[in-house]
Amino acid sequence: MADENNPNGKNGKVGLVDRVKEDIQAMKVDIPAKAKEQIEGLKDPTKTQVYTSIFRHKHDDTPRNRALGVLSNVFLHLHPAKINRDAVRYSYTWGMGGITFFLFIILTYTGVLLMFYYHPSKVQAFRDVLYLEHDVPFGKILRNMHRWAAHLMVIGVWLHMFRVFLTGSYKKPREFNWNIGVLLLVFTLLLSFTGYLLPDDQLGFWAVTVGTNMARATPLLGHEGPFGSMLGMTPYNDVRFGLLGGSIVDANALLRSYIWHCIGIPIVASILMIVHFWRVRKDGGISGPAPVMLEAEADKPRRGPKAAGE
Amino acid sequence: MDWRQLWEICSAPDNVPIVGLIPLLAFYIYLAWKQAHANDQLIAQLEADPAMAKTHHRKTWPFKPGWQKEVHVWPFLLRIEFLAAIIITIILMVWSITLNAPLEEPANPNLTMNPAKAPWYFLGLQEMLVYFDPWIAGVVMPTMIIVGLMVIPYIDTNPLGSGYYTWKQRKFSIGTFLFGFIVLWVAMIIIGTFIRGPGWQWFWPGQTWDHNRLIYEVNRDLPDIFGITSNIAKAIFGALVVGGYYVLGGFLVYSLFRRYMGKDFKRMSLLQFSMTQFLLLTMVALPLKMGLRLLWHIKYVWITPWFNV
Repeated sequence: MADENNPNGKNGKVGLVDRVKEDIQAMKVDIPAKAKEQIEGLKDPTKTQVYTSIFRHKHDDTPRNRALGVLSNVFLHLHPAKINRDAVRYSYTWGMGGITFFLFIILTYTGVLLMFYYHPSKVQAFRDVLYLEHDVPFGKILRNMHRWAAHLMVIGVWLHMFRVFLTGSYKKPREFNWNIGVLLLVFTLLLSFTGYLLPDDQLGFWAVTVGTNMARATPLLGHEGPFGSMLGMTPYNDVRFGLLGGSIVDANALLRSYIWHCIGIPIVASILMIVHFWRVRKDGGISGPAPVMLEAEADKPRRGPKAAGE
Repeated sequence: MDWRQLWEICSAPDNVPIVGLIPLLAFYIYLAWKQAHANDQLIAQLEADPAMAKTHHRKTWPFKPGWQKEVHVWPFLLRIEFLAAIIITIILMVWSITLNAPLEEPANPNLTMNPAKAPWYFLGLQEMLVYFDPWIAGVVMPTMIIVGLMVIPYIDTNPLGSGYYTWKQRKFSIGTFLFGFIVLWVAMIIIGTFIRGPGWQWFWPGQTWDHNRLIYEVNRDLPDIFGITSNIAKAIFGALVVGGYYVLGGFLVYSLFRRYMGKDFKRMSLLQFSMTQFLLLTMVALPLKMGLRLLWHIKYVWITPWFNV
């Protein structure tokens, strides 16, 4: 642009060379200034736009930031910002619910990796497990972790239920959540059981044969169960046939196991878990450790800080 | 004493969780008992001293006025969760490196495994097959266990002991649960894992599994002992025995409840009480039937053309 400030201006016209020279002059000032600014900015990355778009609050150790750390995080906001000082005591909680959930995540992770190497067909299944054991990098430890995490999860669920029972945590207002928990127990066992058949070896085959043979004897719906034959049940149309997709544990049973194990039950269990965790919060957080109640207070409604003695 | 046999059973990869479960259960029962005992002592102290009960913070852990009642989840809970996740990961890693998941020969319907065992967590149900027909052991009992667990919150009307460990305030419910969980579930799994060998026969720990062992056992049915031969009479007799068990047992439960748990009984509706009676009697029926079979070789109590109990 031509104006009186331009020392190179001639007759109100500027040559191309002059323009380039001018820009180079300007660049020598602009870029170092910006670079300096950039370096200054990098000294405190928490002020960058990228950072502030991800983390919505500061991290200095203030009560507000501690609360926000939980509340503004989608995964952590399952928790309240604050809990009773005794509710973190391991001797009370045993931590088994959380451990079970953590094991479920490990199982999902290792399970998905295993699915990359596994075909649920009679021809391939057993060979795929051999392949995993001997050729796939880290395949053996992958399979081992999946197996042992599954066993640990069963134990974790039992101990969680045991603790919840011993502390009377199923009592009002948590009755419904206990029921969700019982269903989750059943689905945990079913998850483990459907996985048992998948290696397609003698162990899984006979365990599932023994297990599903009981379905023959289902009253009314099994061909060997009470009143089953009267209702026209045969080995080819009863409830066991529906479970196995056949009258014996074979290719269809393998496929059905696989689909229940990898898709059906995990989805249902995940939905129930969402409800379970949600209800823990809605029912007032974990049950205790609550102040002990005396015999005389049993039938009185309990409210206010007086009962808590504080 | 066949140590090798014992070692083979205990070190079978899929049995390791059960071997681990036993000390784990012992530890957590001890942990619960310790806190229940402390709470019971505090309760007794407060019951005896109403003035103290009014001001006491009602926990066995220390608390002083002025202390904060709540703590931040970040970091006080999250650090525990993080630690737990790390510890579990380490345990799993070590376990997975040192012990391989079992893999037998390819599935072969023509070669029966002996013993053919269900996964370890279902061995309690498989052990019940010895004492009951499959429709009871495999279908009715599991259904009753699930339904029974689900109704617990609705039939336990005792408001005491919610949110803290106690024994004295909940003797009946805790006793029943321990009986169901430890005796009927875990102990049966242990029998199914460690005791049952080929042909689902009883082998004491350390006894060699003899695949050719035959036990000559004549099982009788209860009506046979009373010399009942006709089918109709057997059906009627069995119905009377089973019905009688529930009626007399129900009466026994009633009289025990009325005498020793009067307050709980008062709180219960008829439906709640009859559910409790029925579930309790069905639960007790299992060890009774086991006793009949193991001590007197009685197989069936009630014989009909359609089903046997």
